[in-house]
Amino acid sequence: MKKFLRTNEFYVAVILILLCVFIGIKSPVFFSLQNVFDLLRSSITMGIFAMGTLIVIISGGFDVSFTAIAVSSMYITIKILFAINYEGSFLVALIISALIGLLMGLINASIIGFFRIPTLIATLGTQSLFHGFLLFFIGSKYINNVPDGMLRFSRSNLITTVTPTGAITGLQSGILILVAVVIVVYLLLRFTMIGRNIFAIGGSREAAERSGINVIRTQFFIYGFVGMLAGIGGIIHGAHYKQGNPFDLVGTELNTIAAVVLGGALVTGGRGTVLGTLLGVALVVVMNNSLILIGVPSEWQKVVLGIILIIGTGIPAYQNMQAAKRVKTNLAE
Amino acid sequence: MSDYNNHLDNNDNGNGKNSFQERFNATRFLKIQDWNLMRLFLITVGIFIVMSLLMPTKFPRVLNFQSMGFQMSEIGILGIAMALAMITGGIDLSLNSVANLTGILCSVILTRLAGPNVAEPQVGLAVFLAIVIGLVIGIVCGLLNGFLIAYVGIPAMLATLGSMTLFTGFAFVITKGTGFFGIEAFQKIGNGYVAGIPIPLIIFAAVAVIMIVVMNNSSFGLKLYLLGSNPKASIFSGIDNRKVLLRTYALSGMLAALAGIVILGRTNSANPDYGASYVLQALLIAVLGGVNVNGGFGKILGLVLAVFSLQFLSTGLNMLLFRSPGANFFKMFSWGALIILFMIINVVSERRKQRASIKKPKPA
Repeated sequence: MKKFLRTNEFYVAVILILLCVFIGIKSPVFFSLQNVFDLLRSSITMGIFAMGTLIVIISGGFDVSFTAIAVSSMYITIKILFAINYEGSFLVALIISALIGLLMGLINASIIGFFRIPTLIATLGTQSLFHGFLLFFIGSKYINNVPDGMLRFSRSNLITTVTPTGAITGLQSGILILVAVVIVVYLLLRFTMIGRNIFAIGGSREAAERSGINVIRTQFFIYGFVGMLAGIGGIIHGAHYKQGNPFDLVGTELNTIAAVVLGGALVTGGRGTVLGTLLGVALVVVMNNSLILIGVPSEWQKVVLGIILIIGTGIPAYQNMQAAKRVKTNLAE
Repeated sequence: MSDYNNHLDNNDNGNGKNSFQERFNATRFLKIQDWNLMRLFLITVGIFIVMSLLMPTKFPRVLNFQSMGFQMSEIGILGIAMALAMITGGIDLSLNSVANLTGILCSVILTRLAGPNVAEPQVGLAVFLAIVIGLVIGIVCGLLNGFLIAYVGIPAMLATLGSMTLFTGFAFVITKGTGFFGIEAFQKIGNGYVAGIPIPLIIFAAVAVIMIVVMNNSSFGLKLYLLGSNPKASIFSGIDNRKVLLRTYALSGMLAALAGIVILGRTNSANPDYGASYVLQALLIAVLGGVNVNGGFGKILGLVLAVFSLQFLSTGLNMLLFRSPGANFFKMFSWGALIILFMIINVVSERRKQRASIKKPKPA
């Protein structure tokens, strides 16, 4: 219990609860079922992206190309489905988009794995490469509707309620996909060999290599998996907004990365939890959607996000530095 | 090990410093760096010749050179700022946001102090004030970055990601999302000529020359390289790493502010989200110019050559794809491809060098 009080998850949870209570007191709309459903709906895509980002960060890497992958998979899938006039299940769209994402993720993986290029620079490069490829070779036109399957998916709800004003709202069924992804990532990190390998590489690549872990193969898994998640998140995003916008998402990767880092994942690798990441996502989503409810003007939101990001990364970094100093003085004595 | 002893021996001799420098330069630094510079120089010339042959009536023209001079100055200054951070082993992702914030604040100062009915001397004063305050803002932003990185211990990438959000946020708060404008007198900085040479290009050249001198001939430059190549060694040789980092990021912030001033002068407008791709381009230029992403190596001259080659390429492509609507998107695509290609070339050549040195050990 005492140990739990010192974890990052605990801090984030406390901040999240305080923020929610504060917003709730100032504006009772916040706790209405409709608002809660809306918040959950807008956290689906970011939650899926965050699970991918978590894996990359645990492995000691950094991926900023996932938004470009997501928007490319989404746009290409919508184009394909329209071209073949497919109106069937959303599942097909999901699979196509996931495969396109996987392919792009594998491109990342081969650049990072074979050539050992620093992950941030490699993915900055591929972000520009993928997005440029999409806009120049595939298309840069805005598509203002989506295939039928996606439309039906975006309208499907798990639970529906009627608000006092008479409008029908519900919990969007995409939340099931998020839950599935979260469970898969949790099991993967907790109980599988590849999960152990990911932690090991993030802790120390050198040590992992020497203990016989195939680092390149693991990296192929990581970036392929992340690409696939990006494809899944992208197509859900497209369905939610009922549009194929090739300029969407790119540039918002920072929000996701901020959520994961706030959730306690260590950017130098080797540490990070699914629970913390979910809390981080919840915090960022609440801030992005609800600060306006308590009268924070929209233009101040970025400032608040920046401050929280700096404090959120600063506290663990400072603690680490102090701990390292203590070790050093102990050794000196 | 034997090399290391030789160095110590040389230092013990009376003329220690000179021979140390000579050895250091002649045997390692110059050879490797020169090869990189030579390759880069050939690439630059090659691109220039190809573009000139493809478009003999359009490309090699004075007018084209002048317009390229305007375009490459901002990104060149940002590239140098990025290179400084990268040589210490860090990175500065906030450069673009610092430039925009500076531009916006300068625009506020200029429009407040030098409205339409203001006498000439006061306009001059306003311009002077705007530049000085702008540079100070850049230094303050850079100091915040340096503080977060050196004294709080946040990894450079995250610290500057956070501060980027913060600075962009402030820019939005000031402008409330709309664009701000400059004044006529200020536009000379971005659009004027001296003897046919664009003023931004002169500013870029001055920055480049000053930085070459600083990096090669000042103790600050030496400390910077040492810190980047081996931070532990630099602590043990009595350097206060944290102070060096703080100064580096302050300098990098100041250069970003200078770029912001040039941008305000050239476009006569300041936006919170202008030139979002500039950070990527600055990174590309630094990598292309031979700055090692792990820190410790990189020459400003290489960076200048990289700016030229990229500008030739991007202007040439723009001319070739003039009628196609997607020229910008193709540029984006090719930048991404280039940055990856160059990183791969660097890695492969590095590996080959390592393998060669393992195969042929030098006699002790």
